[in-house]
Amino acid sequence: MQKQSTFRSPVLPFLLLTPQVAVVLLFFYWPAAQAVWQSFLLQDAFGLSTTFIWFENYAELLTQPEYYEAVLRTFIFSAAIAGSSLSFALLLAVMADKPLRGSGLYRTLLIWPYAVAPAVAGVLWIFMLHPSLGVLARGLRGMGIDWNPQLNGDHAVTLIVLAAAWKQISYNFLFFLAGLQAIPKSVLEAAAIDGAKPMRRFWTVTFPLLTPTIFFLIVVNIVYAFFDTFGIIDAMTGGGPAKATETLVYKVYLDGLLGGNLGSSAAQSVMLMVIVVALTAIQFRYVERKVTY
Amino acid sequence: MSNVSLRNVRKTYPGGFEAIKGIDFEIPDGQFCVLVGPSGCGKSTLLRMVAGLETVTSGEIDIGGRVVNEVEPADRDIAMVFQNYALYPHMTVYNNMAYGLRNRGMPKPEIDTRVREAAQILEITTMLDRKPRQLSGGQRQRVAMGRAIVRQPKVFLFDEPLSNLDAKLRVAMRVEIRKLQRRLKTTSIYVTHDQLEAMTLADILVVMNGGQVEQIGNPLEIYRKPATTFVASFIGAPPMNLIPLDGGEIAAQFAGDSRSVAAAGVLGVRPEDLLISTDATATGGIALDLTVEAIERVGPETFVYGSREGAHGVSVNPGELPPGEVIVRIPGQIAPAIGERIRAIAPRDKLHLFSADGRARIDI
Amino acid sequence: MVEAQGFRRFVAHFILWIGIAIVAFPVYLAFVASTQDAASIANGQMSLLPGSHLIENYTKTIFVGSSGSTREPVGVMLFNSLVMALAIAIGKIAISILSAYSIVYFRFPFRMAIFWMIFITLMLPVEVRIYPTYKIAADFGMLDSYAGLTLPLIASATATLLFRQFFMTVPDELLEASRLDGAGPLRFFWDTLLPLSRTNMAALFVILFIYGWNQYLWPLLITTRDDMQTVVIGIRKMITTTDALTEWPIVMCTAVLAMLPPVAVVILMQRLFVRGLVETEK
Repeated sequence: MQKQSTFRSPVLPFLLLTPQVAVVLLFFYWPAAQAVWQSFLLQDAFGLSTTFIWFENYAELLTQPEYYEAVLRTFIFSAAIAGSSLSFALLLAVMADKPLRGSGLYRTLLIWPYAVAPAVAGVLWIFMLHPSLGVLARGLRGMGIDWNPQLNGDHAVTLIVLAAAWKQISYNFLFFLAGLQAIPKSVLEAAAIDGAKPMRRFWTVTFPLLTPTIFFLIVVNIVYAFFDTFGIIDAMTGGGPAKATETLVYKVYLDGLLGGNLGSSAAQSVMLMVIVVALTAIQFRYVERKVTY
Repeated sequence: MSNVSLRNVRKTYPGGFEAIKGIDFEIPDGQFCVLVGPSGCGKSTLLRMVAGLETVTSGEIDIGGRVVNEVEPADRDIAMVFQNYALYPHMTVYNNMAYGLRNRGMPKPEIDTRVREAAQILEITTMLDRKPRQLSGGQRQRVAMGRAIVRQPKVFLFDEPLSNLDAKLRVAMRVEIRKLQRRLKTTSIYVTHDQLEAMTLADILVVMNGGQVEQIGNPLEIYRKPATTFVASFIGAPPMNLIPLDGGEIAAQFAGDSRSVAAAGVLGVRPEDLLISTDATATGGIALDLTVEAIERVGPETFVYGSREGAHGVSVNPGELPPGEVIVRIPGQIAPAIGERIRAIAPRDKLHLFSADGRARIDI
Repeated sequence: MVEAQGFRRFVAHFILWIGIAIVAFPVYLAFVASTQDAASIANGQMSLLPGSHLIENYTKTIFVGSSGSTREPVGVMLFNSLVMALAIAIGKIAISILSAYSIVYFRFPFRMAIFWMIFITLMLPVEVRIYPTYKIAADFGMLDSYAGLTLPLIASATATLLFRQFFMTVPDELLEASRLDGAGPLRFFWDTLLPLSRTNMAALFVILFIYGWNQYLWPLLITTRDDMQTVVIGIRKMITTTDALTEWPIVMCTAVLAMLPPVAVVILMQRLFVRGLVETEK
């Protein structure tokens, strides 16, 4: 936790901490507290009067089928994005981990999309799959699919999952590659001498040794799907059509900004906090385990 | 005058662990003092207390007639060489040596003179512009020494400075450190866990165990007359054979005239003091009947590992032989065969006697 | 056996090139579209080869902007993005390295409490406390200001943790040697710790620059004036709901321009980027 030998000074450590503590208090704790406080309040549409209503916002929230739909939708998004992006990235990482000529170049060419903003990724995919001018949409129509994400909810979901997963490939690839490279070559050599063929080596040695990385990435991808997809959704569908792409975070945004329902929005924020803290706790427990691994 | 005195020095950590349990000794000006002991014995802690890197719970540390308990490390007029050298990785060799002098506001020309002088002594003049990572282990070691020398302190402190070097280099640097210290005549305290290093370097040897001093003195004196079984088995390699006297059979061989023998519980005899012989035991000496278990030939000498019958118990101290095992060191390469039964004898004046708990030496 | 290996190698190369193609295709398409005129995109039969309007389109984008809802030149937006990304990266590094130094190298009352207070901020991204944060920024008069754009995004512990972790790996003896050399806390920080942290600071800078540049939700809320918009927000506003009005060549120029700085940072500083990414996630 700390150095064995330290400096002693009555004031200096506090002075050094001041900027960060000030920023954190002002822009983290104060708003977080406000969110919790507001979730207990009912504000009329004009913001003229507020009443303290305890857990009514939560109670109301939990009676709305729409909320459960949003929860379910968010988890479906997460699963789809994490699943597709992780499996494709793992395939690429396993290939790039082989002693190939130009493997450094492959890495460079595969990691740069990390730098593309989610919202920009959204715009790129809108354009590619735009029903009337998209190059890929043309192909889809040629295959007889009546592609229209602006009207068809399933199409909209697919579009967002594709864009979000695309953007996340490089991140997952990078961590898979690092994980693969951390596996001692001697272990694989031992397996080869024990007569395991390449495929078998992968599933019996590499994959089990990679599980810490996989688990870590699953959590990161879920958090990504929760929050960073906001930009993609807002740029691509705005939650539509007919709420087909309205995730929890997007619902907080819509209910607060457009609906003016700050109490409910705050209650949703608090619920989100709880979910994120739970996810993070799982991740930390796992990190603890990795240390002793 | 820069003698160092420790007066009833103690160190207790906040958790209640007592690392140093009251230590008293004095190092006269210009002497080379070595603290030796197994890991965890408190030797490094003690050194760091002298440096001012650890606080002193009670007692006094006195450097050159000034109690320094509350004095900042930088103001104690000491210099330290660390085990991992602790060179500033981003500074050149020159700056590594000059840094401490600059912080003290020494004029530039004088810093330059001192650094170049030290570099010359240590033969690192050609490396002054390099960074530590461009140096070999031995060269880094020299820079670390240089950083201490330029300060011209009252006391040098060495914290296992050679343990990161390979065996050959370690011997060479050991000789060099000794030569350097003789030349500079600076009082030095040197911590090591290597008894050979301790024996060869020390004017004053302090053997420590469990936060306490087991024995202080001239290294050869300690070798000849270890005060406890711990010292007996720690100093000297291979270690002294320690044989419990509970059986009475061995005691009977040499009991003879001495009154003190009755109080003895442990008999010690160094491997080199044992002779393989078929002769009868000299008066007051001992004879051990052994079965040869293993032979180690190292060239100029051979170690014979034998076992005594009917021995039991467990070894208490680190480095001590398993009970019943006896090492005999014989010159040359001719040795008995494995499985052969031999007799090893030692005259009375080569025997060491200790109390049953091993804490006290009994003179014969 | 040898043949099989050669075949397997071929498969690996093949799969990797497919991956690269999938990853690059949307961006390539954006670049192609940014060099065409609006009409050839609008008819839905866009060519897959670059057109001849490259200079014309980019000049218009940077200096004039789209003629739709936002008329702000993209050059201004790029500048705003740059200021925001730099301020977030530098600000976060500066306040984090100080607090990490304090927590690792000093012993003082409430040390652990303060550490946890900073640490917990890791758990909640700005998205979950968005409205209260917005309100506070508004109360401080920070709407449409660079301070408002950056400060709330600086309030997180990632960098503090990274520096803390790095400081823990710096050998204690270095501090002890400094103390023997007569260096006090500030001098040790400046002469030794800061130079040693250079690589970590650079790696962190790369990650935070990209993080800052790509921010979306917060700038969307905090900026109301068009001339304070960042490029990521600007591009979103160029896509109008009525398709006919969207000037796709300009949108795609903006997309390319918005991607260029962070992508260049990743490619040019790849080693630092990989290091920063792996370290911050530990």
